[in-house]
Amino acid sequence: MTPGRALGLALAALLAAGPFLPLGGMKEYGLHVMVQIFIWSFIGGAWSLMGRFRLVSLGHGAFLGLGAYATTLLWNSWGLTPWLGGVLAVLLTAVVAVIVAYPCSRFQVVGHYFALVTLAVGEVVRLLIIAERNWTGGSLGVSLRPAGRDSLVAMQFADKRVFYYAAFVLWLLGLWVWARVDRSMARSAMEAIGEDETAAASVGIHITRFKIGITVLSASLTAVGGVAYAQYISYVNPDTLAGIGVSLRIVFAVVLGGMYSLLGATVGTALTIALGEYLRIVFGLRFIGMAETIYGLLLIVFIIFLPSGIYGSLRDLVQRLRSAPARAEA
Amino acid sequence: MIEPIFLAEAAINGIMLGGILALLALGLNLIFGVIDIVWIAYVDLVMVCMYVLYFVVQVYGWPFWLGALAAMAFGAALGVGVHLLIITPILGSAPVNQLLATGGLLFFLQSFATFLWTTDHKSVRLALPSWEIGGIFLPATRLIPFAISILALAGLYVFLTRTYVGTAIRAVSQDREAMALMGASPQRIYIVTSAVGGLMAGLAGALLLFQYSVHPFFGGQFGPLTFMICVLGGLGNMVGAFVASFVMSEIISIAGVVWSTEMGYVIAFVVFIVMIFARPGGILARRQ
Repeated sequence: MTPGRALGLALAALLAAGPFLPLGGMKEYGLHVMVQIFIWSFIGGAWSLMGRFRLVSLGHGAFLGLGAYATTLLWNSWGLTPWLGGVLAVLLTAVVAVIVAYPCSRFQVVGHYFALVTLAVGEVVRLLIIAERNWTGGSLGVSLRPAGRDSLVAMQFADKRVFYYAAFVLWLLGLWVWARVDRSMARSAMEAIGEDETAAASVGIHITRFKIGITVLSASLTAVGGVAYAQYISYVNPDTLAGIGVSLRIVFAVVLGGMYSLLGATVGTALTIALGEYLRIVFGLRFIGMAETIYGLLLIVFIIFLPSGIYGSLRDLVQRLRSAPARAEA
Repeated sequence: MIEPIFLAEAAINGIMLGGILALLALGLNLIFGVIDIVWIAYVDLVMVCMYVLYFVVQVYGWPFWLGALAAMAFGAALGVGVHLLIITPILGSAPVNQLLATGGLLFFLQSFATFLWTTDHKSVRLALPSWEIGGIFLPATRLIPFAISILALAGLYVFLTRTYVGTAIRAVSQDREAMALMGASPQRIYIVTSAVGGLMAGLAGALLLFQYSVHPFFGGQFGPLTFMICVLGGLGNMVGAFVASFVMSEIISIAGVVWSTEMGYVIAFVVFIVMIFARPGGILARRQ
């Protein structure tokens, strides 16, 4: 693993030095794209904590939206600092996650049914935000009330570099949590549950406890991502932060990268965001919808031809090449 | 307090809406029951069929009924195309990938429609009468689609129970492996099913165009609701989906009058979530 680790460290160093690289006029834009990649990779990683154990949620938009809206509204209405508001938002999201996860686990709602229940939860949150338009701004969304100047209390900064480092740290934190779960006993337990619940229960695994645990962890991290995104963009909108559209986008990025590997979510997110930005630049305002059309088309092609994701497929390929001499026995 | 007459009108509107929802849900449920894949983009196929009908009627001046037939034929062709190009390669993939492939189709159809036809709302103006009975308005734009969808559902029932192909479709949906063991080719049945599902999407599109204007994001309005009706009725269970359509449409319609449109949907979705826990096999399933 030494070459791999060295490569990883070099990459981390490059990312840490990112804002000071001479990029000329593209610098602000480059930083903006990188911040988005960090935050959405973090959210994708949070999703894959559940997805890899066959808890395919199509409703992570609900948790994202709760996090983003709770902090924004608390700040706008009562001037509560997003640090405290964020904690409250995450707590709220965790409670919602328990409310969803407990009955799902208790009544053995799995597979397609789990996906559709979570999809309904996502839509409920989106529609509630739209319905309560008096204080949420409805489908027009809400802008974060500006603090007027750079403020740590308000989590608002004019300099993109601050957000860059904050998002970078957040991303590393997400990777750390992912690796911790990956190496824990809980992973074996969750995998057993994903394979066969009855068999898992018969060897003494507490199914409900593990399922609620992983759902709460995944949802809370997603809410943190929502808070971060809302603070960075300083505008929240029900269609971009809740509901089926954003939920599908998160899942797409992760599956595209490969949800069974540490960097899968990051690779997938970086690729989809880079692709989206590239297409947007190429087409600009000339052919509205064309960029998204190609994006959708490529997604279908990727899903069909790279079923275990880009990162997963690459890793499989490397492993196959390495073990080529030993394959005679297989 | 809301006047009873408004509630009565909402209830009747709910029934009318339920007919069309049933058509959508049964088309999706047929495909799900037979092929075991949820077409996330089903209502977006409906949207494309609505555009086809809009263009042949408004631009080329075809009569509405002929345009509706064209939309149905187009829908059937689209269904077969989706099956051959997207579903066939992923039949053996993980369920997530299957969901996402049709999810990608959803993005593709929405944005391609935006590209081709912009986000303007387009509608076909039909000069149809409206009747008033005891203070309740019954416009033909609601009654005709309702009647046609009930007829179409009866036709689907006859097709599935009385014809050879229909029986084969039901056989596959009961046991996929056994069908192959008997020497029948599932792929042929899949293609027929996708064509029928697409045909129903075309018909549903035509009926929806009586009352609604079409735009690229039309699918978002009915899509999630349609999956939920399928699940509520029991995936693959036709009668269940039929009943569930009316349950959901009544909730949406009545709650929409009492509170607001969004709250109507919120309540319908919450009912759906609770029902999944209470009766996971669908509303008509026996308790285990």
